[in-house]
Amino acid sequence: MIKIENLSHQIGGKPILSGINADIPRAGITALIGPNGAGKSTLLSLIARLERIQLGTVHVDDLQIGQCSDRELAQRLSILPQMPDQPLRLTVRELVNFGRHPYHAGRPSAADHAKVKEAIEVLGIEDLADRSLETLSGGQRQRAQIAMIFAQDTTYMLLDEPLNNLDLAGSRTLMRILRRVSDDHGKTIVIVVHDINIASRYADRVVAMKGGRIARQGSPIEVIDAALIRDVFETDAELIEIDGGRIVLS
Amino acid sequence: MARRLWLLVALLGLCCMLYMTWGARAPWGFVLPFRGTKLAALLLVGVSVSTATLMFQTITQNRILTPSIMGFDALYVFLLTSAVFAFGGMNFVQVQPQITFLVAAVALTCASLLLFSTMLITARSDLLRMVLTGIIFGALCRSLTSFLQRMMDPNEFAVVQVASFARFTQIETDLLALAAVITSFVFARAWQLRHRLDVLALGRGTAITLGEPPRRLELEVLILIAILVSVSTALVGPVAFLGLLVVSIARLITRTETHRYLFPSAALIAGVTLVGGQLLMERVFQLTTPLSVVIDLVGGLVFLMLLLKGLRR
Ligand SMILES: Nc1ncnc2c1ncn2[C@@H]1O[C@H](COP(=O)(O)OP(=O)(O)OP(=O)(O)O)[C@@H](O)[C@H]1O
Ligand SMILES: [Mg+2]
Repeated sequence: MIKIENLSHQIGGKPILSGINADIPRAGITALIGPNGAGKSTLLSLIARLERIQLGTVHVDDLQIGQCSDRELAQRLSILPQMPDQPLRLTVRELVNFGRHPYHAGRPSAADHAKVKEAIEVLGIEDLADRSLETLSGGQRQRAQIAMIFAQDTTYMLLDEPLNNLDLAGSRTLMRILRRVSDDHGKTIVIVVHDINIASRYADRVVAMKGGRIARQGSPIEVIDAALIRDVFETDAELIEIDGGRIVLS
Repeated sequence: MARRLWLLVALLGLCCMLYMTWGARAPWGFVLPFRGTKLAALLLVGVSVSTATLMFQTITQNRILTPSIMGFDALYVFLLTSAVFAFGGMNFVQVQPQITFLVAAVALTCASLLLFSTMLITARSDLLRMVLTGIIFGALCRSLTSFLQRMMDPNEFAVVQVASFARFTQIETDLLALAAVITSFVFARAWQLRHRLDVLALGRGTAITLGEPPRRLELEVLILIAILVSVSTALVGPVAFLGLLVVSIARLITRTETHRYLFPSAALIAGVTLVGGQLLMERVFQLTTPLSVVIDLVGGLVFLMLLLKGLRR
């Protein structure tokens, strides 16, 4: 479980997050939604120690962020940032190989190579594996980055807008893969999405943020309603019900 | 890849052999030890300059800046001059080169941690600002140095002279043994760090995600760089563009970002450039132009090219 307690964050005196309390249970997909600037990426960066925590605590199981061993945490939790670093002079396979670094620190075993191969296959980028990243399209790069996260094979995966740049088929495939690794392998996935319909369809839980606070949290059917669209997103898109799920008409 | 490295090894071996034997007019008993010391110094300088430059480019995440461009070696010369000046003022009977070297090296390590550790991280994305800072900082150090040197007595000046100007023919051989030991230790440590440096080269965020927090590694690498710069500057003086030249060639030849290949290939190329260059200039063409001038000319052109390309992006 990821346990967030009284987490606050400011940048240059401006509050970005204020008193966040949330528990993200083991296994299942949690969708983090909210308007631009709500603080979603900041929250994920703090959980994944990309930014130093100023106030409050975050625990990932028994590991306290900021106190625990970095290597141990790297075997437990991975993150795809909204804007990942773009090392361009690598091939896709080399990049994905780095996902195993927390385990072998430079000397990959046969098992590590197998994980890399599997990650490349799962993302369907075998044909790109030996291409240099700088020759790839945005969506292809995004897949390579996600393959690296998959190779890291951690119990917790934080994905900040992983559907960016992915086409319709790519988005659907990725969401199904996430569903599968969550159901079959018990992975805990936190995903930032802007498409509420994706959240409604694939997530087990939804956490809605606004203005650096958590506005609503619960199952999709509890959270996604007309009030959410009106109060959190401040728009008047229509909601319709299909097969027990809600779809936003945008 | 391994084949290219072996080719470089063979090329360096050939250069060394020719350097030792070509055009010897004195008895071997004199020529071999005499040239051997110079050869050893050139190889040491090659290893330390290339390793320092490569690591510097990794922690600053760019392929244009080098310790020399940021003024590390000018700072070393300034610290050395200040140390000798202070010792001279204290009326030591004899200022030992080993002692002054160690004092200046330790001072450079502390100073670079103080001066560069924050700037390298806060300003690293702003290439122009980094280059300008380096140039101004280097100029400041050089003028302070020449100010001090003007006030020195000639005996003291002799101690700092070798370190002050780049010259591959005049080598501080008193320091050779000490420099060899230090360089081996530092290179061994850099080699141990090679995989972690690969991860760091991916970017700070990715490095954190992969369990390699960059901050401590960057500081350690900065210390290693300061030590290597001290060694090479103490032996042959400031070598402005040598590091940039050899590391750029190494990237071109190996076409990889992996430190496992870049460390040895950059060191080998530096060896070939220095030993081969010295051989050509001194013995084959019997030119009076110092090798350092040629290296700085070519290296300077590479620097301009990379800079223009980098700024355009
Ligand atoms: N480095 C920074 N300096 C100043 N303000 C920042 C910085 N980073 C983020 N912010 C501010 O923090 C707030 C939250 O940003 P964050 O990136 O977490 O939003 P987000 O919910 O991920 O938005 P989006 O959906 O657009 O990705 C925004 O108002 C943003 O302007
Ligand atoms: Mg964001």
